[in-house]
Amino acid sequence: MTAAEISAALEQEFGARIKSKNLEVLDPFVVIEPGDLVDVCRFLRDNPRLRFELLNCISGVDYLERDAKKAPKAGFEPHVEVVYHLQSFSHKHRFTIKIILPRWKDGKEGQLPEVPSVTSVWATADWHEREVYDLSGVWFTGHPDLRRILLSEDWVGHPLRKDYEFPLEYHGIRGR
Amino acid sequence: MGWFEGRFEESVITTTLEQGINWARESSMWPMTFGLACCAIEMMASGASRYDMDRFGAGAFRATPRQADLMIVAGTVNFKMASRVRRLYNQMPDPKFVIAMGACTCGGGPYYKYGYNVVKGVDLVVPVDVYVPGCPPRPEALLEGLMRIQDKVRGMKGLTRGQPIELPIPARTGYALLPPELNDPDPVKAMEKQNAFAKATKEKAAPAKA
Amino acid sequence: MATATTTPVQDQTIVEFDVRTDEMLVNMGPQHPSTHGVLRLVLRTDGEMISEVTPHLGYLHRCAEKIGENVTPIQFIPYTDRMDYLSGMNMNLGYSLAVEKLCGMKIPEKAQVIRVIIAELNRIASHLLGMGAYGLDLGTFSPFFYAFREREMILDLFEEVCGARLTYSYITIGGVHDDFPDGWVERCGQFVEYLKPRIEEYHTLLTRNHIFVERTANLGILPKELALSYGCTGPMLRGSLDREAGDPVWDLRKIEPYCGYEQYDFEAIVGPFPERPPQTVLGDCWHRFYVRMREIPESIKIIEQGIKKYATAQGSHRVELPRHLPPGEAYVETECPRGQMGFYVVGRPGKDMVPLRVRARSSSFANLSVTNAICRGCLIADVPAIVGSIDIVMGEIDR
Repeated sequence: MTAAEISAALEQEFGARIKSKNLEVLDPFVVIEPGDLVDVCRFLRDNPRLRFELLNCISGVDYLERDAKKAPKAGFEPHVEVVYHLQSFSHKHRFTIKIILPRWKDGKEGQLPEVPSVTSVWATADWHEREVYDLSGVWFTGHPDLRRILLSEDWVGHPLRKDYEFPLEYHGIRGR
Repeated sequence: MGWFEGRFEESVITTTLEQGINWARESSMWPMTFGLACCAIEMMASGASRYDMDRFGAGAFRATPRQADLMIVAGTVNFKMASRVRRLYNQMPDPKFVIAMGACTCGGGPYYKYGYNVVKGVDLVVPVDVYVPGCPPRPEALLEGLMRIQDKVRGMKGLTRGQPIELPIPARTGYALLPPELNDPDPVKAMEKQNAFAKATKEKAAPAKA
Repeated sequence: MATATTTPVQDQTIVEFDVRTDEMLVNMGPQHPSTHGVLRLVLRTDGEMISEVTPHLGYLHRCAEKIGENVTPIQFIPYTDRMDYLSGMNMNLGYSLAVEKLCGMKIPEKAQVIRVIIAELNRIASHLLGMGAYGLDLGTFSPFFYAFREREMILDLFEEVCGARLTYSYITIGGVHDDFPDGWVERCGQFVEYLKPRIEEYHTLLTRNHIFVERTANLGILPKELALSYGCTGPMLRGSLDREAGDPVWDLRKIEPYCGYEQYDFEAIVGPFPERPPQTVLGDCWHRFYVRMREIPESIKIIEQGIKKYATAQGSHRVELPRHLPPGEAYVETECPRGQMGFYVVGRPGKDMVPLRVRARSSSFANLSVTNAICRGCLIADVPAIVGSIDIVMGEIDR
C-alpha cells in the first residue's frame, strides 16, 4: 500500500482526528493529537490491510534554536516532537506518526509534556519510551515502569534538550 | 656478588631475592577481564593466538578481582560505571597495576567535548600506571604497555609492596622502519620522497564531483 | 515437598525433608566474564530457577546522539563505528545512506560495489566473533581461537583498505573513502577460497557438538508474535520464522534492497532446517545460532559476485557532499549482522551542515528487551546461553 492509501484509510476511520499529514516528503507522516495515539496505533496494528506489527523506533526531537540571531529564520516554533516509525511485517510497507508537543507542559519550565504510552500495543515501546523520557524529557502516561534507562537513576536533566547544561561534576568526578 | 659468578656449574644462578620475586611477578601478571567497549575486542585479539599474550605469562584472564593483579581498563568509563571501576580496583589485592587502554581512558578520547556522561580519563577514578593510547590501540601497542608494566615491576624495591624508586628506562625506542621507497640516508631526499608519496595518495583518494 | 516424619524410614538412603526455597536476587554484572560488554542482569530466582530477569543498561552510554547534533555528518562517521564496534562498516553504511537520502545524492556504481563487498566481509567477521564468543560463554575455548584466526585475516584485508583494524570510518557520505589498493581484490578472493572449507570446522565444533546442542536446544524459545511485538529483527527473528508456514523471509537486503543488493544472488536464511538435531525447536537458541552460521556462506557468495562486478564497475569511489544539509528528515534502516539498524537524521533549516537530530535505532536494544520474556523458568546457567544467542553489543544498545 502506498502512503496515500494508508493515510486515506486512517482518515476514513478517524476523520478529523488526523490533524495534518505530509505525503510529499521522503518519509510520509501523519500528525495526531496525543489523546488519540493509542486508538490510532491499535487500528494501525490490527487492521488487516495495514498490519503494522513492527514498531521500529520512537524518537524525541527537540526543535529549538538556541542562537537568538538565527531564531527568526529557523522556520519552526520551539516544540518537541515524538516520532513513531512503523513497519508492516505482512505487507512490507512503512509509515510515520508524529505527535507535536509544547516544550514544557502548560508553559511551566520543568514540567514534562505528556503522551500516552503505547506499551499495550507494541511491547517494544516499553524501552523506547523509557529512553525518550530519559534523554528528551517526555512523560509517558500509563507506562508500567517509567524510569531512566541509559543514565544513572539520580541524574538531573534531560540531555537531548537543546538548552541542557553539561554537568560540572558528578559525585566528585569532574565533568569537563 | 663478585667472586660467586662463574664458580659453579651452569645450572646455578645467583640473584637477589628481590630480583627473583620481581621476575616471578612480572612473568605472571594475571589481568582482570575489564573490557568495557571496543578496546575490549582488541584486548581479546591480543589474547588470541596471533598476538599471544600468554607468552608473557599474562594470558590467564581472571574474572574475579581477588585473583588478579593487573586491571586493563579497556573502553570508555562513564559516570554510571565509574563507581564500579573504583570498587573493583579496591577489591584487587596489592601489588596491583592499572593499564589505561585506549584514548577514552587516557583522557576522554573522542567523547571529550560533548560527552556529558563520559569520565574524561580513567585516572580521575583509579591511579593509572601505564597509558596506552590509540582508538583502539593495536594489540602490539597493548603488548608494549604490558612490557612497560613488566619494566615497572622489575624496578620495584621492597619485597611485598613498593613503588619503584627509579623510573625504568624502556628498552625499545618505538621508531618504525620505513620501506626503501620512502627512506633515504640524506634527510632532504627522504623528505622529498615522503612528500611525493603523500601527494600521490591524496590525488588518488580525491572524490569525484557529484 | 513431604514433611519430616518422626517414624524411622525404611530405606536409610531416602531422606525427605521440607526445603524452603526463598527467592534470591542474583546480580550478574556489569563486570562479568561473559564477553558481551557491560550489561547488568538482575535475576530473581527461586532456588536455581529464574522467575524474572531485569536488564540494566546505560553503563556504556557515550552520548552519541548529543554529539550528532554538534558535528557535521562526516565528522560523525567515526562515532557510528563505535556503536556496534564488531561491524563498524555496516554502521557507517547505515548512517551514510540516511544522510545521502536526506541530501538526495546518487552514489556511483563502483562505490556501491565496494560498499557491498566490505559490508559482507564485516558481516562474516562479526558472525565469526559472535559465535566464537558464544562458545566461550558456554565454556569451550577452541571456537573462540579459531574464529579469531579467521577474523585476523579479514582484519588484515581491512587494514590494507583503510588503515584500521576495528573502527574503520571507511564508508563515508558519498561513497567510500579510498578505492581498493592494487591486488586487494585478488587477496580477498584468496581469503574467500580459504574460508569456504573452514566453515565445516565450526559446524563440527559447535553446531553438531552433542554438548552444545544439549545446552542450547529447547531453550529461550521465542515465538514469532512475541518477537514482532518486542521489535526483534535480524537473525533473532529469522530463527523463529517458518518458511513452510508462509512467513515472509524477513531480511532487509531482500525486502527493501539498498546499495544494489537486488543484483546479487543469495538466500536469506529462514527455518525450518531439515538437518537440525531432534531436540531443537524452532525459535530456540540453537536455531538463532544456526541462522548466523548459515549466513556466512551466503555472504561469501555475495563477496564473490561483488569481486566479479568490481572489475567492470563504472564511476568513482566517492562523490562530494553538497554544501549544506537540506531541511527535512530521513529514516533509513539497513540489515546489520545483529538486526535492523536504523538512522533517523533531521536536517536544520537554514544553511547548516550540522543536523538537528541524529537518532540511532539499534537492533540489539530491541533484541535485548525480550530477555525477560524468554528466560522464564530456565536455570541460572542457561542465562549466558540465552543472552549469548541474542548476540548483543553494548556499544550499540547504549550508544
